[in-house]
Amino acid sequence: MTMTKKKTIFTAAVLAVLLAACVVVDMLLPSYHIAVVVIKKATVYSLVAVSMNLLNGFTGLFSLGQAGFMLLGAYAYAVLTIPVDKRPGVYQYFDGGALKFSLPEIFTGFMGDTVGSTVGMLLALLVGGVLAALMAYLIGLPVLRLKSDYLAIATLGFAEILRAFFQWNALGPITNGSNLLKSYPTFSHATPYVILAGLMIAIIVLLINSTYGRAFKAIRDDEVAAEAMGINLAKHKRMAFIISSFFAGIGGGMMAMYMGTIAAAPFKSTLTYEILLIVVIGGIGSITGSVIASFLYIFSSEWLLRGLDSGTFLGINAPGIFKNGFRMAVFSVIIMVIVLFFRKGIMGDKELPDLLDKKARKRKKEAAGK
Amino acid sequence: MQQILPYIINGISVGGQYALIAIGYTLVYGILRLINFAHGDVFMVAGLVMVYATTALPFYVALPLVLAATVLLGFTIERVAYKPLRTAPRMSVMISAIGVSYLIQNLAFYITGGVPQPVTRPIPWISENVIILGASTKRVTLVTPILTILLVVVLVYLINHTKIGMAMRAAAKDFETAQLMGIKINAVISMTFVIGSFLAAVGSMLYFTNYPSVAITSGGMPGLKAFVAAVFGGIGSIPGAVVGAFIIGLCEELIKGAGYTTFSDAFTFAILIVVLCVKPTGLFGEKVTDKV
Amino acid sequence: MKKLMAAVLALVMALSLAACGGKSDSQDAQSGDSGNKVVKIGVFEPQTGDNGAGGKQEILGMQYANYVQPTVEIGGETYDVKLEIVDNRTTPENGKSAAAELVNRKVSMVLGSYGSGVSMAGGEVFQEAGLPALGTSCTNPQVTAGCDVYFRLAFLDPFQGTVLANYAYKELGVTTAYVLGMLGSDYDQGLVYYFTEAFEGLGGTVVAEDFPEGSANFVSYINNAKAANAGVIFAPVSINYAQLIVEAAAAQGFEGALLGSDTWDSNKVIESATGKDVTSFVTTFYQEGGNPEFDAGIKEWINANPDAKTNNGGNDMVAAVTAIGYDAYFTALEALKIAGSTDPKAVLEALPSVSFEGVTGLIEFDEIGDAKRDAAYIKTANTEAGVWDFVKVQTVG
Repeated sequence: MTMTKKKTIFTAAVLAVLLAACVVVDMLLPSYHIAVVVIKKATVYSLVAVSMNLLNGFTGLFSLGQAGFMLLGAYAYAVLTIPVDKRPGVYQYFDGGALKFSLPEIFTGFMGDTVGSTVGMLLALLVGGVLAALMAYLIGLPVLRLKSDYLAIATLGFAEILRAFFQWNALGPITNGSNLLKSYPTFSHATPYVILAGLMIAIIVLLINSTYGRAFKAIRDDEVAAEAMGINLAKHKRMAFIISSFFAGIGGGMMAMYMGTIAAAPFKSTLTYEILLIVVIGGIGSITGSVIASFLYIFSSEWLLRGLDSGTFLGINAPGIFKNGFRMAVFSVIIMVIVLFFRKGIMGDKELPDLLDKKARKRKKEAAGK
Repeated sequence: MQQILPYIINGISVGGQYALIAIGYTLVYGILRLINFAHGDVFMVAGLVMVYATTALPFYVALPLVLAATVLLGFTIERVAYKPLRTAPRMSVMISAIGVSYLIQNLAFYITGGVPQPVTRPIPWISENVIILGASTKRVTLVTPILTILLVVVLVYLINHTKIGMAMRAAAKDFETAQLMGIKINAVISMTFVIGSFLAAVGSMLYFTNYPSVAITSGGMPGLKAFVAAVFGGIGSIPGAVVGAFIIGLCEELIKGAGYTTFSDAFTFAILIVVLCVKPTGLFGEKVTDKV
Repeated sequence: MKKLMAAVLALVMALSLAACGGKSDSQDAQSGDSGNKVVKIGVFEPQTGDNGAGGKQEILGMQYANYVQPTVEIGGETYDVKLEIVDNRTTPENGKSAAAELVNRKVSMVLGSYGSGVSMAGGEVFQEAGLPALGTSCTNPQVTAGCDVYFRLAFLDPFQGTVLANYAYKELGVTTAYVLGMLGSDYDQGLVYYFTEAFEGLGGTVVAEDFPEGSANFVSYINNAKAANAGVIFAPVSINYAQLIVEAAAAQGFEGALLGSDTWDSNKVIESATGKDVTSFVTTFYQEGGNPEFDAGIKEWINANPDAKTNNGGNDMVAAVTAIGYDAYFTALEALKIAGSTDPKAVLEALPSVSFEGVTGLIEFDEIGDAKRDAAYIKTANTEAGVWDFVKVQTVG
């Protein structure tokens, strides 16, 4: 068997096992069990982290606008899917809102309940992605000309502006102003999240392995050289920015789905920083790394390390030390250690199939040693 | 005039506070080409130290302590989080800065229990009310811009007429050549962080006398706005940062006065994006060419 | 190096997993110190974030109630009551996992929260799990209207907004009001909406503005109010911003009155107002002195307990939310008694038939699940003595 074939089989096997595990978890546990909640959240974060990695890790564009694009996706999803009869309750201060339709309900009309609402929900996600991509195109026109840190601060500013707009009362009939959007349909089990995010990430992987992906990497490694090789810098940067934002938008929609209620408030720069740090932990330039880091981060912060906040951890009872906020303090120390001493993160720029390679190489080395 | 006077007084005061933070950004950026994301959090920590120190100690001990603690913090951050990454790509250093900011906020969260800390014993005299031209305000509002200008004059003198100042200018001009010329680059960099933190501490004491409550996120917005001010004035330039800060402060308050309160923060960022796109070097910035 | 790192991380995760697993097992099998069975009541409150201070005061009421009455008779057996306190960190996005955490701890009922947004987010989880929840000081109508398992002790925003509008227009004789809420806070914006509706209905004029989250500088807002010739500033904001607004109003010499909602009824706000030239009125659920026995008891408990004192803001003033927390705990016990079982489903069925006299008044629920409350206390800040003075009881109309 050739190495490539082996790698493909290995990857497929790992993914199949993970999916199966997820299905089992779904069957055994109720949907409000913390394990299910955490899997859903981690999956959403994986997608967003990968989309950020595409831009920051593979193209070398340091953008901090992720939260803004997620906001667009989340709102598009929620606004388009709230059932019509729930709208007066949700838009309680805006006479039931301006939109008088709901995508899932339109599709249930001629496709049946389950299929129709699923199609409607997916379409709403897609709309969110497209909106985010459009916005990325527009703001990309001026800001993509900026160099590294200026780009970072400009995109960060853009996300803040967007947030203010969404909370503006004049747009209330659509965005519900400062108030929560809720009562929209969600997937209650973890498997749909895993499949959806998995598909999106698969598309990103395909893209990265294409000529475009290689062009992105060339830009990251040396802009001038890349340009000299005939790569159209502006075009490729814009493309990377738009694609990354598209997936961030979809991720935002899934985030809305996971949270069950949505408001503009959580989409602050802190969210972007959090995702950036996940990308760094996983390894800048590794898709596998981003996914693993998302799961590690969410599992420990939401579940496994909760004891650090509530008095007892590892059987040690010390309410004086293990009080509110200790978990995040420990977390940020770990992050700093990674940033300073393990700059490559968990995976460096390696991917899942590369793990096989390494083992193989090691075996060879050992054989030679004998 | 009577109508907009209070906004102008307040705007100048806010501008003075931003200016003291903005200098820290501009100095560091001038030499390291690094947006020190943690600077706003250093500002916040100074506020927290002030809350704790003034409740426990008399003012003549507490206030110098705040200055010392903040300077030490700035110095330590540079040594621990930025110095090891001197040769690393710029993105790594910036990530490190974001990491430090995250760390400081989370530690502060742990210490304060996540609840905003009120300043129970504000600094006397400057926290008292005065009437100026028929408008009532706290004395600190008037003290802030004056003190800011004074400090800036001292700083400019320091940079133009002392040895360390010359070294700082040299390092800002050309990092490597300066090193070759025998300038102890690490000492210079530490010095910029010390100066930046010192000014942030002064700014913090004035700020939290005026708005007496320190939340862990208190540093974020003033920090970002001060950075915008630094960019606006031309990053790397001290007079630029100060002028930029006063303009941003004034605009912000006038925007609120004009009734667009929803967009008072958003407006600052809009200015930023426009400046970056139209004149990236800002008002007083020098044109920098990227070397290949 | 990388592998080492990964190995260490994996080890940490595995260990903590083991720790968690171990802990929850032992908890399930646990019985009280006295050998009684244990019934768990979940506390879904913010301890951190903007509403952290208020949430802590509310928890104090529940803890004190638990101290006064640590056991309950359910179906002829004595159970020890254990409070499972989870921090929902004020914001809806954290509310969901905090709620899931409570469901996992197998509580029979949930109390909380301070703040409506986070209650609505938690409500989705409680609804799914069929776990009854009793809202304490969340005042948005949608908390109970959109959720079958949510009940509530507090009065509602439409009621509170109307009471304040009436008070401002009729009692204070003000015709122009300046209202200020935080951008992105559904609590603030909800009250602003109902106040505006009622005030304009009476014939008054309203100037409404909002400030971005994290604002500290309220000077220009106060100036805007002065420029609009407003007789009152209505700012239904969280405690921290309330303090800053009081501070700014005093510094700018605002001559009208400040109106606050139930969030303002806190010793922290009164601390800020003490010694300053400001007039402020708040609506609330409870007035200290309403139940002397309760007041004396909780003061003694707070003074004997340094942690409680810190959480109460450093003194022994009784906040209305503390009283609500106390009543919430006893409502839960009543429901458990009627249900005769610790099963959440039975408790849910029992809740509508609860009826008893709490410290904040008679507690009974209507068909939506809201407490039948038709009176609000109006208090004013006594800036010399540093206490809240009772003004009047205002009823609907």
